[in-house]
Amino acid sequence: MENVERIKSEEMINRIDSRLTKNKVVKGLFFTATLFTSIILIVLLYRIIVQGAPYLSWDFLQNFASRRPEQAGIKAAVVGTIWMMAVVVPTAAIFGVGSAIYLEEYAGKNALTRWIQMNISNLAGVPSVVFGLLGLTIFVRLFGFGNSILAAGFTMSLLVLPVIIVASQEAIRAVPNELKEASYGLGATKWQTISRVVIPYAVPGIATGSILAFSRAIGETAPLIVVGIPTFVAFLPSGVFDSFTALPMQIYNWTSRPQEEFHNLAAAGIIVLLVVLIMMNSVAVWIRNRYQSR
Amino acid sequence: MRVMSFIGVLGLKGAIGLKTKNKELSPVHELLEKKYNGGFLNRREKIIPIILFFMAAVSVLTTLGIVLTLIFETFTFFGDVSIVEFFTATEWYPFSKTEAVYGIWPLVLGTLKITLIASLFAVPLGLAVALYLSEYAGARTRKIMKPILEVLAGVPTIVYGFFALTFVTPFLRGLFPSIELFNAISPGIVVGIMIIPTIVSLSEDALSSVPEPVRHGALAIGSTKWETASKVIFPAALSGILASIVLGISRAIGETMIVSIAAGSTPSAALNLTSSLQTMTSYIVQVTTGDAGFGTTIYYSIYAVGFTLFVFTLAMNVLAQFISKRFREEY
Repeated sequence: MENVERIKSEEMINRIDSRLTKNKVVKGLFFTATLFTSIILIVLLYRIIVQGAPYLSWDFLQNFASRRPEQAGIKAAVVGTIWMMAVVVPTAAIFGVGSAIYLEEYAGKNALTRWIQMNISNLAGVPSVVFGLLGLTIFVRLFGFGNSILAAGFTMSLLVLPVIIVASQEAIRAVPNELKEASYGLGATKWQTISRVVIPYAVPGIATGSILAFSRAIGETAPLIVVGIPTFVAFLPSGVFDSFTALPMQIYNWTSRPQEEFHNLAAAGIIVLLVVLIMMNSVAVWIRNRYQSR
Repeated sequence: MRVMSFIGVLGLKGAIGLKTKNKELSPVHELLEKKYNGGFLNRREKIIPIILFFMAAVSVLTTLGIVLTLIFETFTFFGDVSIVEFFTATEWYPFSKTEAVYGIWPLVLGTLKITLIASLFAVPLGLAVALYLSEYAGARTRKIMKPILEVLAGVPTIVYGFFALTFVTPFLRGLFPSIELFNAISPGIVVGIMIIPTIVSLSEDALSSVPEPVRHGALAIGSTKWETASKVIFPAALSGILASIVLGISRAIGETMIVSIAAGSTPSAALNLTSSLQTMTSYIVQVTTGDAGFGTTIYYSIYAVGFTLFVFTLAMNVLAQFISKRFREEY
């Protein structure tokens, strides 16, 4: 009788052991997966830095694209990207924040509002290459902007618009009601309340979301290819109707050449692109942390 | 005059469905306003929501623009090419001067190959990371992993493309020499890397939104962490996890640069994964990089391909929304 009891409890201990072992093994597996994901990022960055860093120089930033790798640079691409963003930032910010104010402060809870909201969330899932087709048809052909800064800038603005709208909506929604009521209590009109109370309070949230959206616009390549932005440009644009090239286009062009030297140039271009993006992201994170405590 | 504009505003208000009557000035205020300010404030209060409404309408116009553009240009394409051929032919060979064939299947197959490899790579890995972060990891690990995942999510796809072509492909070819320079495996894996952050962050949100008491209850009756995670937390968060996977797959279908750079440009109806292929997205890139003149059949074919792509991703997005609504566990 005692023997049977002993066997039973031994069995139980064994079972507990195996359950605990299983837990440990699974935990180890999951940890390995997490480690592996971080290693991927490290390998990616390491490879690009090793390959591209020797090619980074003042000349690289100052030279135009060239058939000879040792003379090639990214001047036209950097200036072109800045021009394009000069179109994207005001366009996307004004329309994005305007839409968010309308949806949060003015729109009624009706079918139309729900429909607009559904549209926005579905737009966020449309592949960027399809936005390129829209830009090609509407801005390049129909409006006759050609493959200009304006056409590319408007296409990119539409691409990042949903992200900015959603981020701004969240920021506006987070404004405490007491502040609005206090403003109304002082006799302010609705727009006075929105422009002097709601928006100033929501600006950090709007800025964080918008900066992340803009950094996406800087790195996007597919829509630029589809609207027909050239890659070999040896001049600087002087207005928004001029043709131009952008940093990701230049990187794409160098990557798709078979010669190793051009791949190294592409890596150098990627370093410049990543530095810009990391700077923008740091600003966004800084704003977020600074105002989060509120 | 004033009455007219009032009626106009009222009509517009009805049309755009304003929530409440605008908060306007009090009667005394209004009189003062009118006398000294020409009624500026009140007019502004009426005009601004209308302007804002038209800004919000841009998103709707964009959707409409995309759908109408794709439909119209696809119709033009089907004026040149039979719709039956488009859906049934098994060859995509548009650049032939004499015998162009437009059967979408090889491009769809290319997209499916990339998506399949990406999901096989990203789903187990992404779920493992999400489970580790939400169920096992301490605050410090989470604090380290969050920015890593954010950076991975923020890396432009052109950079991933470069990585696929110059690192992953040579690496794989070192292991398996039979893999060609352009293949499905390398871009597939890298597309997988690209969608990992999507899957991890959305799944982790779903896992950590399961209330703590549920977790504590399972642990209190003697379950190990793994038993708690697999039998209680995971099923409870299933809808969010499935939605994250579907959204990840949708992004993989629409991914363009990685496949354009590393998968080649050979539409292929063969099932092997080691040779060059073309996806729907990379076909659009190939045509628009080249000089296919406006108005040619090839030019219109990118809209037919784009339309197919749009339908695929829209279906996935709608499915994701459906899953997260339909199967949500409410606490």
